[in-house]
Amino acid sequence: MMLAIDIKHSLGDFRLDARFQTGGGLIALFGRSGSGKTSIINIIAGLIRPEQGHVTVGDDILVDTARGVFVPRHRRRIGYVFQEGRLFPHLTVRQNLLYGRWFAPQVEDGDDLERVVDLLGIGPLFERRPGRLSGGEKQRVAIGRALLANPRLLLMDEPLASLDEARKAEILPYIERLRDQTHIPIVYVSHSIAEVARLASTLVLLSEGKVAAVGPTADIMHRLDLFPLTGRAEAGAIVEATVERHDESFALTELRSRAGLWKLPRLEAPIGTRLRLRVRARDVMLAKSAPTDLSALNILPGVVADIGAHDGPIAEVRLDCSGEMLIARLTRYSVERLGLAAGVPIFALVKSVALDRRSLSGPIQSLSSADAEANDA
Amino acid sequence: MDWMTLSPEEWTAVRLSLKVAFVATLVSLPFGIAIAMLLARGRFWGHALLNGLVLLPLILPPVVTGYLLLILFGRRGPIGGFLADTFGIVFSFRWTGAALACGVMGFPLLVRAIRLSAEAVDARLEEAAGTLGANRAWVFLTVTLPLMVPGIIAGMILCFAKAMGEFGATITFVSNIPGETQTLPSAIYTFTQVPGGDAGALRLTLVSVAISMLALLASELMARRANRRLDVE
Repeated sequence: MMLAIDIKHSLGDFRLDARFQTGGGLIALFGRSGSGKTSIINIIAGLIRPEQGHVTVGDDILVDTARGVFVPRHRRRIGYVFQEGRLFPHLTVRQNLLYGRWFAPQVEDGDDLERVVDLLGIGPLFERRPGRLSGGEKQRVAIGRALLANPRLLLMDEPLASLDEARKAEILPYIERLRDQTHIPIVYVSHSIAEVARLASTLVLLSEGKVAAVGPTADIMHRLDLFPLTGRAEAGAIVEATVERHDESFALTELRSRAGLWKLPRLEAPIGTRLRLRVRARDVMLAKSAPTDLSALNILPGVVADIGAHDGPIAEVRLDCSGEMLIARLTRYSVERLGLAAGVPIFALVKSVALDRRSLSGPIQSLSSADAEANDA
Repeated sequence: MDWMTLSPEEWTAVRLSLKVAFVATLVSLPFGIAIAMLLARGRFWGHALLNGLVLLPLILPPVVTGYLLLILFGRRGPIGGFLADTFGIVFSFRWTGAALACGVMGFPLLVRAIRLSAEAVDARLEEAAGTLGANRAWVFLTVTLPLMVPGIIAGMILCFAKAMGEFGATITFVSNIPGETQTLPSAIYTFTQVPGGDAGALRLTLVSVAISMLALLASELMARRANRRLDVE
């Protein structure tokens, strides 16, 4: 058990009544604005004292109102990356980075600063002041500053929300490296399902101050009943895949997953790399028989697992492709016309060009942010 | 004597005025910061009362303030008597009394400027410092105080300027003793009261103008440097 929370707290008319437990990795708190995400991490950080309940990180009880325990924020050793960075304007980047070091117990080996600076690529900024940094640079320094205070848990409150698409693409790989290389558990607040799908190992779904669901990201995202909360328009499946082959003549890459072989635009990742592929429901078409003479390169056989809520023009169909879940977003008319029902064999069709860099997460190093920008355009 | 050269007596008044103003400003500073923080951040009973008390010298006629000081800090006053008996600090008819009068008169300006800068400090930065392991005292010393520096400088300059020009409270409290309590304004006043004192009054007036200009320039420079450090985009 990494993090256990059971809190009741009211802020004006808003009531927070949240309870969940998770392991390590990257835990995403996802929900609309006003669902209580930020209140929860402020309580974990000690910025808000909850009216009732307890907060446990690892073996340490940080808050237990029943026993009158409330560890003050400066003794919690919980790093916090704020949405707006909150760098100290009167200190240089170097002084900002080292600020927490003054107070942190020195258990490090000494090259920690170098490692963090390398990880985040912030060496060249050292002598500048925060006022002279771009939004993306500020966030990287803010992440570094939190890391160097030697935290046992890192909180990130929508660290990308104030950035444009190009800057987001610049920061995301750093957060992935953080997740994969530092072993510090991260609680990541977001209202972007794309970010959550890409980053999170565990998803805590919040709605109006309550926890609607907790579990592995893919499991939660594949639940049709939760679509009203996870967001229908951006809904999609998460597929675990491995780089199988590069086709240099057409600049394509083949990925192997349980569902079958995926072809997508050339990735700069070595063969054998494990990736997470997000396939949005609105990019998936269905056919009753294997189509020929079709431009779409990804044709995956499966069976219909279930069909989501039948109101309005749209229906979501969940497919089981040899154990891998895919979701397709169709009109209710098409569902009717094709006679779709649980157990019906089906082929899922996905255009390769719908699967770009933003659908992927994993160690894809050599793609520069310039490429990501081009993809965004 | 060349009319542009200051006489030794005039020099004494200039030096004394500078000494009084410096001491008044520097000794007020820690109290000013403490009271300004209390007024900016504190929520307590008597908040309005304390605020009124601090601002009082700004509104009262200076002579009234001087007379109140005489009653309280005079040799036989309740505070003055205690300080004289326990610490040997005597205010009445000493330059220390002049510094006290100037400090009290400048205090509202000092507190007001520092309070405004304290209120402008982003509390979210203090939260951030807390999550990085700094306790309240360290947060104050490493984040709050440095961010208040422009306001502190402005307050000190105002207090210093007020102290250089203070007349009513000083002359009421500690009189007009050459070499001990005769500051620039008192000396100018004395010159205007004697026949043929015009040249002396004019010379000291020019000195007064020069010092005020220098103080203003210094504050301007320091504020610019502080702002550049804070680097508002």
